[in-house]
Amino acid sequence: MHNLTIMGLEAAVVAAGLALLLLDLWTPPEQKRNLGFVAAAAVAIVFAGSFAILLDRPEAAFGGMYMLDDLAIYFKRFFLLAAFFVLVLSVEFADRFETGVAEYYALVLFALAGMMFAASANDFALLFVSLELITVTFYVLTSYQRRRLRSVEAGVKYLILGALSSAFLVYGIALVFGASGTMNFSKLATVSTGMAGDPLLSLGLLLVFVGLAFKVAAVPFQIWAPDVYEGAPTPTTAFLAVGSKAAGIVLLLRVIHLAVPALSAQWSKLLIVVSGLSILYGSLCAIPQRNLKRLLGYSSIANAGYLLLGIAVMTPAGSAAVLYFLSGYLFTLMGAFLVLCLAIRQVDGEEISALAGLGQRSPLLAATMTFSMVSLAGVPPLAGFFGKFLLLKSAVAQAPTTPGLYCLLTIAIIGVVISLYYYFGVIRAIYWSPAPADSSPIELSMPSRLALYACMGGMLWLGLLPNSIVNLAELAVKSLKP
Amino acid sequence: MNTLTFIFACPLVAAAVIALIPRNYQFLVRLLALLASLLSLAAALRMFLGFDPAAQGFQWEQSVPWVDSLGIGYHVGVDGLNAGLILMGAIVSFASVCVSREVKDRQKEFYVLLLMMSGGILGAFASLDIFFFYFFHELALVPTFIMIGVWGHGPEKNYATFKITLYLSLGALITLIGLIALYVQTGARTFDMVALTRQVATNPVSLSAQNILFPLLLLGFGILVSLWPFHTWAPLGYGAAPTATAMMHAGVLKKFGLYGLIRIALPLLPAGAQSWLHVLAFLCLGNILFCGLVAIRQKDLNLLIGNSSVAHMGFAFLGIASLSLLGVTGTVVIMIAHGLLAALSFALSGYLRQHAGTLNIDQLGGLLPRLPFIGAALVMAMMAGCGLPGFANFPGEALVLFGAWNGYPVVVVLAAWGALIIGAVYMLRAIRNILHGPLPARWATLPDASGLWQKLPYALLLAALLAFGCFPRLLTDKIKVSVGPIIAAASGEPPLSQISPAQAASGKLLGAR
Repeated sequence: MHNLTIMGLEAAVVAAGLALLLLDLWTPPEQKRNLGFVAAAAVAIVFAGSFAILLDRPEAAFGGMYMLDDLAIYFKRFFLLAAFFVLVLSVEFADRFETGVAEYYALVLFALAGMMFAASANDFALLFVSLELITVTFYVLTSYQRRRLRSVEAGVKYLILGALSSAFLVYGIALVFGASGTMNFSKLATVSTGMAGDPLLSLGLLLVFVGLAFKVAAVPFQIWAPDVYEGAPTPTTAFLAVGSKAAGIVLLLRVIHLAVPALSAQWSKLLIVVSGLSILYGSLCAIPQRNLKRLLGYSSIANAGYLLLGIAVMTPAGSAAVLYFLSGYLFTLMGAFLVLCLAIRQVDGEEISALAGLGQRSPLLAATMTFSMVSLAGVPPLAGFFGKFLLLKSAVAQAPTTPGLYCLLTIAIIGVVISLYYYFGVIRAIYWSPAPADSSPIELSMPSRLALYACMGGMLWLGLLPNSIVNLAELAVKSLKP
Repeated sequence: MNTLTFIFACPLVAAAVIALIPRNYQFLVRLLALLASLLSLAAALRMFLGFDPAAQGFQWEQSVPWVDSLGIGYHVGVDGLNAGLILMGAIVSFASVCVSREVKDRQKEFYVLLLMMSGGILGAFASLDIFFFYFFHELALVPTFIMIGVWGHGPEKNYATFKITLYLSLGALITLIGLIALYVQTGARTFDMVALTRQVATNPVSLSAQNILFPLLLLGFGILVSLWPFHTWAPLGYGAAPTATAMMHAGVLKKFGLYGLIRIALPLLPAGAQSWLHVLAFLCLGNILFCGLVAIRQKDLNLLIGNSSVAHMGFAFLGIASLSLLGVTGTVVIMIAHGLLAALSFALSGYLRQHAGTLNIDQLGGLLPRLPFIGAALVMAMMAGCGLPGFANFPGEALVLFGAWNGYPVVVVLAAWGALIIGAVYMLRAIRNILHGPLPARWATLPDASGLWQKLPYALLLAALLAFGCFPRLLTDKIKVSVGPIIAAASGEPPLSQISPAQAASGKLLGAR
């Protein structure tokens, strides 16, 4: 196939973003907000188009730099779905932007393109370029409410720490290239077989890990997450929490399993430590939080820990569990952020207590938030339970050969028990706190209503009928064999 | 629809429907909840009466694959072990919906959670797939925490909610890890209990793994059943819980751990069981003696019932530890009897609390003439708790003591002493202080339960206790057929299922160890 056909999905998304910028010129100001629906429709078409791809075997493009395999397709669909929800969310949020609504939508699409490239990265050069495409767009998206101090503060924090982590990443890539003489994952896999003890390669990979751990918000590179989550506009936070994290995860999976499979024992040790610390830090720090976005920020650190647990297992079952967990996480977090955006209108007021009386004001919003929190807490019958079950199962199966996993499992159990407290605190605030002064019903537009139903449906579907997604995830991780 | 699926799907569907009803239709909400639990009870009764003790294997079986690559399937079925438990669970959930009239605040949410509890736990008892076994229990467990936290009462409500949540979710997660590890160790790539049992019969799990897995499961299940010294959540939690929640949890949910030990841990990990059950035999003395003595000191009726319920669990554990046909059969009878008894006791104490406003034993007194029905029911419940013949607890405890004699004579002597003396002391003291003596003036207007609807839940639970107490063969004939192969698998002896009860009772087979 031709190079451009192979990366047709990304090309379509970039084209849609550019078309949106052009379309903006001819759209009257009062209609600009609705351009978000155009963007969402474009994303939906690309999503549907992804099902037209029938792969007999993996396709490589640009000299093996870009890889289209089942794993890439799984993640591309994941990102497209996430971007779809983010765009619906942005339309609801658009009245809180002063200007540049259409540019916001376009930037979401460009970030999406970056994530989709990341899903296919088979070369450190593409890894870096796609990550930069994601990160640079997010610098802008984070500080989009430019007169709101918190948003700007979040943008600056993300910029400084993001740039720092990119620097580490580049330095790491340079060291890996210096040690092995190649940046291509497939070539590196053969070169690195005899280099398991090479300090230069190990140091380089460690620095690459720093860059990726920043993206997934794992300890000790998590410090930005709660502040940026709190300050950024809600749609940005949602995309950051789901899309950016998943991009980090897919790159980590590819680097570990495809680029340097020979070093998996070392990776496993590192990941076990980082995962355990992330779970503990995220769970413990979430306890005193009063702001819902900060709470979700800390919960996202803990969830990064659970995702890294699945990677630390180093088996196909673990990787499949990670993929499944992420899919459930998508619907869960999108539901939570939709409610956050629709229920709490006032600026800087995303306190948990502001959800009081939501059960009366809007049963649908209250139900979605309850679903999200129950799913995050890992309680059946929702998606989060089966995701955590798969992760624990893969870890238990591998624990006899990797004893460190026993410690990690203990920490994971403690983390789950702690998480019940703060997730149920949110449900408690919705239904059982004293009624607020403002108890007027909340009007919901049709698209946001549908998006809420879709999120709840997704959580139930993944929780009650997991078979099809489990099979897809298992098919996808077959691509991770070098 | 399959009868078994109907039994637990009925409350779950009703919970979903109630969640969609606007909150103003409170009458409709209550009607639906009553109807769903009544239908589920009717189906459970039909299942119990139609159960054929002579048939081999499982009845009313239904099996649908769910996640192929992991070997998880929806598989339900009953044998003698869970037939009685499901009936007991359905009776208790109907009774608990009946007594929930006392809840006036946010009725809709209350009934949704209560029905989730009852549907979940009935599903767990019906499941023959380890994944769904756990899944349904978790579905029933989480509403418990919410209900105690929201509708609970008493000064220690928040502390009790924390404690019960921490203990029980930890216990459940340890169980989950144990079950997954069991699945991994058997190498069968299926979560189906029947297939696993078959696999283990030919390829047992390695000895070293059994010796780690069995204590892990014992710990997890033990926390869920309030095994001493992990029992401190129970009296406190039940003391703070709303009546219906205490009835459902103490009566039905708590039996999940015992059921799991008998159904999963004993047959699949026989070697582990043999090397660890003697530990259980001595821990259960902690339940019987220590918690019994603690119960004597209680001033609050709910705490007294809570501690006595922990003490009763000791007998159930002793029966399992004996690993004999008589003992384990006795355990299952106790599980059913105690489920009915705990529900009855908490329902009665809930009535007293609602109308008198206090459960302090020293403040109550002389209530029997004022409350002929409730008082008489309370006397009967307390008598049943002492193990009086005629109530279902008696055959259960007697079977356990007989069954355990060969293995642990010292434990049996102490347990019998604990049951007869300690149990009698706190139960009779409570009866004397609450029901007899002069009636304080402030209780002179206390109303008795009046009308069929108010009396029904108490009458139903008492009737079931008496029926199984006078005709224990209703249960034991079914139970022993299923327990026989489990004991045979766990003790490595030939199946005992063909032995007649007369032979078994004559003591020839007591020493399965």
